[in-house]
Amino acid sequence: MDMNLKLKIWRQTNNKSEGHFEMYDVVANEHMSFLEMLDVLNEDLVNQRKQPVAFEHDCREGICGTCSLTINGQPHGPNAGTTACQLHMRFFKDGETITIEPFRAGAFPVVKDLVVDRSALDRVVQAGGFISVNAGQAQDGNAIPIEKERASQSFESAACIGCGACVAACPNGSAMLFTSAKVRHLGLLPQGEVEEEQRVQNMVAQMDKEGFGMCSNIGACEAECPKEIQLYNIAYMNRAYFKAVFSGEE
Amino acid sequence: MNLDSKIPAGPLAEKWTKYKSTMPIVAPNNKRKLEVIVVGSGLAGASAASSLGELGYAVKCYTFHDSPRRAHSIAAQGGINAAKNYANDGDSIYRLFYDTIKGGDYRSREANVHRLAECSVNIIDQCVAQGVPFAREYGGLLENRSFGGVQVSRTFYARGQTGQQLLIGAYQSLSRQISLGTVTMYNRHEMLDLVIVDGKARGIIVRNLLTGKIERHAAHAVVLATGGYGNVFYLSTNAMMCNATAAWKSVKRGALLANPCFTQIHPTCIPVSGEYQSKLTLMSESLRNDGRVWVPKKKEDAEAIQQGKLKGVDIKEEDRDYYLERRYPAFGNLVPRDVASRAAKVECDKGHGVNPTGLAVFLDFSAAINRYGHMEANKRGNHNPTNEEVIALGEHVVSAKYGNLFEMYEKITGDNPYKHPMKIYPAVHYTMGGLWVDYNLETNVPGLFATGECNFSDHGANRLGASALMQGLADGYFVLPYTIGTFLANDISTPKINPDLPEFLEAEKRVKDNINHLLSVQGEHSVESFHRRLGKIMWNHCGMARNEAGLKEGIEKIRALREEYKKNVFVPGTNDEYNPELEKAIRVADFMELGEVMMLDALNRSESCGGHFREESASPEGEAMRNDAEFTYVAAWNWNEGKPEMFKEPLVFENVELKTRSYK
Repeated sequence: MDMNLKLKIWRQTNNKSEGHFEMYDVVANEHMSFLEMLDVLNEDLVNQRKQPVAFEHDCREGICGTCSLTINGQPHGPNAGTTACQLHMRFFKDGETITIEPFRAGAFPVVKDLVVDRSALDRVVQAGGFISVNAGQAQDGNAIPIEKERASQSFESAACIGCGACVAACPNGSAMLFTSAKVRHLGLLPQGEVEEEQRVQNMVAQMDKEGFGMCSNIGACEAECPKEIQLYNIAYMNRAYFKAVFSGEE
Repeated sequence: MNLDSKIPAGPLAEKWTKYKSTMPIVAPNNKRKLEVIVVGSGLAGASAASSLGELGYAVKCYTFHDSPRRAHSIAAQGGINAAKNYANDGDSIYRLFYDTIKGGDYRSREANVHRLAECSVNIIDQCVAQGVPFAREYGGLLENRSFGGVQVSRTFYARGQTGQQLLIGAYQSLSRQISLGTVTMYNRHEMLDLVIVDGKARGIIVRNLLTGKIERHAAHAVVLATGGYGNVFYLSTNAMMCNATAAWKSVKRGALLANPCFTQIHPTCIPVSGEYQSKLTLMSESLRNDGRVWVPKKKEDAEAIQQGKLKGVDIKEEDRDYYLERRYPAFGNLVPRDVASRAAKVECDKGHGVNPTGLAVFLDFSAAINRYGHMEANKRGNHNPTNEEVIALGEHVVSAKYGNLFEMYEKITGDNPYKHPMKIYPAVHYTMGGLWVDYNLETNVPGLFATGECNFSDHGANRLGASALMQGLADGYFVLPYTIGTFLANDISTPKINPDLPEFLEAEKRVKDNINHLLSVQGEHSVESFHRRLGKIMWNHCGMARNEAGLKEGIEKIRALREEYKKNVFVPGTNDEYNPELEKAIRVADFMELGEVMMLDALNRSESCGGHFREESASPEGEAMRNDAEFTYVAAWNWNEGKPEMFKEPLVFENVELKTRSYK
């Protein structure tokens, strides 16, 4: 079934210019994904020799973390546990006006229209989000048994796709959920436990340096996370951080 | 041109070990002085860049994404193979080697594949050490499952997100090297040309995607880990930005493209729903462990389903044709991908398809839900469970195994796959063909290496499931870091390469001229519309079944499309800004040339093998028929200014006897 939609889209030439909203009409259908609906709009704009709306996307399977749209005020739109690329038009109504903005956060400057720069997240990982092992140094994969439940908990945290929706959802622009998921993913595993004290301190320091805000336990990050990363990751990180800071060893 | 594969002498199982211990290497003090460019940050690129960094080389790594963690390796779902034999089911390095050679329909090199099987065991160890949270048994040990084309359980996995977890492992290693300063990362930089100085690959030309600035980057050697070219078909399971430009530009500078017609069509993808469709979504092969593939036996039932009058669950058991189990009793639903895809096409072509377009078959989990439900009830001491109890327990087990895939299916289609069988259809997924490389993973251009899907070396005419991740990581962690030394050992006194050399300036000009041309056409049709048309030509003429007349016609069509593109494409905006339409325009132009070489290769190879099915070469039962007497070779193509030439590398089998591949 065809749907006639009005789109209110954020347009901004680059990070030095002022942005503004513009209105567009588009005819979509319920089987399209949200991004395919934007493709239709863009093809239309190109055919009218206008500038298409810049938005980032890649795998369109909900796993690469590239798409970064705020839809009707919510990062990745209305559906729980769903990235914008996995959102389908059958969740919208004919005649509806949809507002589309980039992920908004102080640490994510706008590149163009709906595209933002999330490289700060990479730098947080570079500060310590790894296990220091070179290729070729590993022992047999089964040498250290890991309790199934523990491995599964680690996986839950490792499922983070690094999209930054948690930051965009947070009124403080905090990256605590992102950072804590990495700290917990690695810290729960015997291989990662060794470096935990250093890791958590370095990653938190980098997070602050990048200009991410503080956590005030609002919980919007958890509500908007497309991979449903839970708030207890933050509790885990706080515990690890205090343990590291007060352990007295430097 | 003589293609020297440089396969070391000696018995198959000893070649790699012996070669590794005797090959030229570079001393640590010299490694620091040698620069290496790695293009791509997926499994093959990130693992290569981080390992080279660990060894002490000065590495520069490039990705067109905003972060190295976005590469499309991340979307791999099912798993990664390794000959660990943890399942104690008779697996071994030789068996993995043999399965891969057979699965590839005897069109890959024995020595390369054996090395891959040897490295497979180290990959699992490495990934566990990096913190990859693989699935585990209750005893805390690693769990395995089976995949298509093999009869052992050797696939390691992390739910349906194995690629993501392995890529994050490699990304974290890469991040560590970036923080240590051994790797300089260039995000949002796309390689648009290769620079050759005195016959050696010495640099690349890149476009900064944020500013449009064309930059010259030099190094002692260049590694391409830029993935496959499946997006030449427009619709594929590849991510939207996957493209062939880096590899194709290298072909235009003299590298050879091997077996370009070998394309993998994956049997289990969500079917096309309309003209606006931008990509296809894969449903992991692991689903065929428990899902049964079928279509209605009676054509009238299929038609009623197509018209929406009946649903799959309405069809009685005796009226269902489990055609894979019927045709291939030994492997059943776990036949290799090429076989499963063709079988689906046969049923749909006969009119037994199960969606409005008639291009879909069922993948049904009801039997598995039932089986697991009874097992779970027994475990709980309930030997007389009700039907509802069985289904609830069974769905729980299936959800634990494939939950995220079922969710993804439901999000896209709106159907609940626990209650109704999934509808699936084959789609382009992977390209076995790629840059020709020797045993060192070096192309015919000295100093230019290719790893992962970007090269052609290990999968022959058909790749087995869970082997792409294995190859990408084997190349990057365990092969290239050694073999690149064979080239660089001769370069220890070569000073830093100067990016102001005339060769660099010339390549830069070529890139700028090409961009200026694309922007100046100001024609009537969007890049997207050309790409869609290209995809249709490729799918119709060089898709799941190919024949001489169709290929010849396809070649004419693609040439005409290319001419039209030059005169009538419209690219909005300028070069000096963030301009995704321009990025796409460059990539589509390259796909249009590459597509022609794919068709020429498909035309030349008049046998059927693996994913390449020539209708002229089939048995009376419709099975693919190889022609070993004429085609036991690698076909490597150059571009030659639009008049491609083919060079042969004969394949020598010393250990494996060439047989008709049978899964019956």
